[in-house]
Amino acid sequence: MAERKPIEGVTIEKTEKLIEETLACMPEKAAKKRRPHVGANEPSASPCAVKSNRKIVPGVMSQRGCAYAGAKGVVWGPIRDMVHVSHGPIGCGVYSWGTRRNLMQGIPGVTSFPLDFTSDFQERDIVYGGDIKLEKLLREADELFPLNKGLSVLSECPVGLIGDDINAVTKKMEKELGKLVVPCNCEGFRGVSQSLGHHISNDSIRDFVIGKREFEEEVGPYDIALIGDYNIGGDVWAAKPILEEMGLNVKSIWTGDCEIEKIAATYQVKLNVIHCYRSMNYMCKVMEEKWGIPWIEYNFFGPTKIAESIRAIAERFDDTIKEKAEQVIAKYTPMAEEVIAQYKPRLDGKTAMLFVGGLRPRHTVGAYEDLGIQVTGTGYEFAHQDDYDRTAPEMAKGTIIYDDVSEFELERYVEEMKPDLVGSGIKEKYVFQKAGIPFRQMHSWDYSGPYHGYEGFKIFARDIDMAINSPTWKLVKSPF
Amino acid sequence: MTESAVKKVTEHSPEEIERVKEWINTEEYKEKNFAREALVVNPAHACQPLGAQMVASGFEGTLPFVHGSQGCASYFRSTFTRHFREPSAATCDAMTEDGAVFGGQNNLFEGLENAYTLYKPKMLAVYTTCMPEVIGDDLTAFIKNAKTAGHVPEELPIPYANTPSFNGTHIHGFDAMLKSILEYLTKDRKVEEKCTGKLNLIPGFDGNIGNLREYQHYLELMDIPYVMMPDISEVFDSGCDGNYKLYPGGTPLEEAAESINGKATIALQKYSTVQTMRLVNSEFSGVHEVMPMPMGIEKTDAFLMKLSELFDKPIPEALKKERARAVDAMTDAQQYLHGKKLAVFGDPDYLLGIVSFLLEMGAHPYHVVCSRATKKFKKEMDALLETSEYGKNCSVYVNKDLWHMRSLLMTDPVDGIIGDTHGKWAARDAGIPLFRIGFPIIDRVNLHRSPVVGYQGVINMISMIANKFLDIKDETCEDQWFEMMR
Repeated sequence: MAERKPIEGVTIEKTEKLIEETLACMPEKAAKKRRPHVGANEPSASPCAVKSNRKIVPGVMSQRGCAYAGAKGVVWGPIRDMVHVSHGPIGCGVYSWGTRRNLMQGIPGVTSFPLDFTSDFQERDIVYGGDIKLEKLLREADELFPLNKGLSVLSECPVGLIGDDINAVTKKMEKELGKLVVPCNCEGFRGVSQSLGHHISNDSIRDFVIGKREFEEEVGPYDIALIGDYNIGGDVWAAKPILEEMGLNVKSIWTGDCEIEKIAATYQVKLNVIHCYRSMNYMCKVMEEKWGIPWIEYNFFGPTKIAESIRAIAERFDDTIKEKAEQVIAKYTPMAEEVIAQYKPRLDGKTAMLFVGGLRPRHTVGAYEDLGIQVTGTGYEFAHQDDYDRTAPEMAKGTIIYDDVSEFELERYVEEMKPDLVGSGIKEKYVFQKAGIPFRQMHSWDYSGPYHGYEGFKIFARDIDMAINSPTWKLVKSPF
Repeated sequence: MTESAVKKVTEHSPEEIERVKEWINTEEYKEKNFAREALVVNPAHACQPLGAQMVASGFEGTLPFVHGSQGCASYFRSTFTRHFREPSAATCDAMTEDGAVFGGQNNLFEGLENAYTLYKPKMLAVYTTCMPEVIGDDLTAFIKNAKTAGHVPEELPIPYANTPSFNGTHIHGFDAMLKSILEYLTKDRKVEEKCTGKLNLIPGFDGNIGNLREYQHYLELMDIPYVMMPDISEVFDSGCDGNYKLYPGGTPLEEAAESINGKATIALQKYSTVQTMRLVNSEFSGVHEVMPMPMGIEKTDAFLMKLSELFDKPIPEALKKERARAVDAMTDAQQYLHGKKLAVFGDPDYLLGIVSFLLEMGAHPYHVVCSRATKKFKKEMDALLETSEYGKNCSVYVNKDLWHMRSLLMTDPVDGIIGDTHGKWAARDAGIPLFRIGFPIIDRVNLHRSPVVGYQGVINMISMIANKFLDIKDETCEDQWFEMMR
């Protein structure tokens, strides 16, 4: 890939200086720990020099969540026909109830379960253990929500600390209920971020789900699974039709608006296409090793990357699919061009800084560029080295890359780089808006979406335009 | 497992789905639902440290500091930020597996030092998550050691509260943190014979900034000097002027320290201030009163009369006019609320306030649900309902959740629900409106700026409820019943 055009005013020297000056405000030990996690981008560097997936530096105000958040919020929550039990005290389940926007079809409480199920641990459960309660609870849940296709048990901190054996309970209950009953030991103190929760959940799928069901119909040559799309704001509903128009059969989705039994049968597909590499690469690798299923990463943000991805996916199939792929691109490109014609004149030359999760800090860069916006800084809450290696070539030389950035740092980086837009999470949103800087939540699409696919690009362009060009920003400075 | 043993992917038949869809609305289902012993579904309360964080946010220059798992801190910040649409700063010491083995002292040391250096707080308020509570961290010793080892200055106030999530709810965490901060700041500050002349006002766990501003409005009109503890009004309702301020307001620490010499202390919530008022009763000068939230006319009257009595100030003409306007709004709109049946859920103190207001309007509180409360609360609520003929036939359910409430709505219908955003699923299923009063409200704008206490609160609640019922009439009536006036 050709190296990105440099961005005016952005140089390695300036960025390095900014980083040094910022970290100099920290206690020595903290600065030393933080230094490897921030750098000026070298697009051709391999591996990327920015280090990741290390513990939070205590006290700096990281934006990270925990393993439970990664398991409940990301992987399990979107599976619509399962009862997901937040096993432990009351809080975790309440805070993660309905706060990720993984939309789902179905009748709530009947065939889909966007509810908060919890064991609401009390002191006595800590003292005597919660296994017996869990067993009873699973029975009650199955009786009251009989159309569930499975139950997951997501451990909160105390469960692991007191030595409960949820795996023994789920094993017993799977037998008794005749449904998938899945343990997930995702206590929040495990690991350094949400990321371990994704990994633990993938392992739970490997150990307790996949292979336990098979599809009713014959396996076809165009059967694929859509991996790592969580249907935030309806993303799956914008992405899946594109794959279907290409002639592919999307047999299961991991895990946005999906069904657990289809996940269990996914080992039968011919190809896994993966959007969020970070949260789901583990199972792609397992399916590749165990069932020989190849996998391919793709990017459905913005027409440039969408077209590239459609072609790359089609390459894995015969001419029928390749032809249809070209037809899909030909069909939607004029629509995308219309969107660009409408919004690019309003956004051209603007800059943005991002700080998000899984795939977006790199995957959305192309969509901004389609609109004429350059991304001058990006980073991840919980990425690993392989994410940063994939990020470096997407960013221009000298742009700032920050891993697990603290609020203190991000404020300073933004203050200095003066982007026209910050795209990050809810905790960061109002910090920047108070400073008069336009902002979009890029985890939840700021209660909008979808942003995936051609349909999503239309909405993305509208949203970015309205964030940057809202007349409200002009009123921030009082005339008196 | 052999290949042939693998089960096929199954689908439910439309008939089966239809059957269950009907079944979950039945009396039979309700009985099963109420027989639950282990499972909680859609609770209407959160955990202790959330309440502690609200208190910590409400003191001048104070950085809330979570001792325990990092995910908790993120959840609390997100919850407040979504509700207030404001920044919610808090940091944590990010205990992980090794913390579980060795205890969290090293995390706390490093965390306090970094937080102090980077964010320059005047006070760090520490509260705990489940993890250090399960392993038994000794915070008294840890914080003392942190100071001795020079991680933070000796003089930096670092009060702490134990707030395990497996005990109590957010209102109890609020209480524990407030008690701890007041105990810390007022230590050795009591001076016999000294009186600040001020009112110490403790609003309790309240996510409505409009309420706090309403209290301030009354006190200013009555010319009563006061200190509100905690005061989140500027913290979670700061303006947008192009400058982000990490510490935009909060109770001045010096004033909080002097509160021990106050003329009077009033708590406007009972259930979220038990420990704090115990401290106040044993240590603080002046008169101490625990009053119900001033929701509805009578409770507002009582609050103002109490202020008048304690400070020997007349209730000014302006407030008499406000009262008259509120009563005017009630008499004007009584026909739209009279006889309406409502389900109400939320925190104990809020519930008592909402029910008082409904009874005054001639509306029927019908199902009252509190997902974590004591028998004492139930008794108090029952007693309140008995004071009015409109409280008859109302049932009070404690330690029942919103899935229980759903069964009540489906088997014994009402006209509307009053509660926080979490009630929207039940409201949708029952086909009735949800009037958003409580915490959190994460799907509508500005409601946290619109008071529900005091006389203005009466007007606001009437507008919200009556106009919605009128909207429904306009939107759903057949053409021949559609008319200009309502």
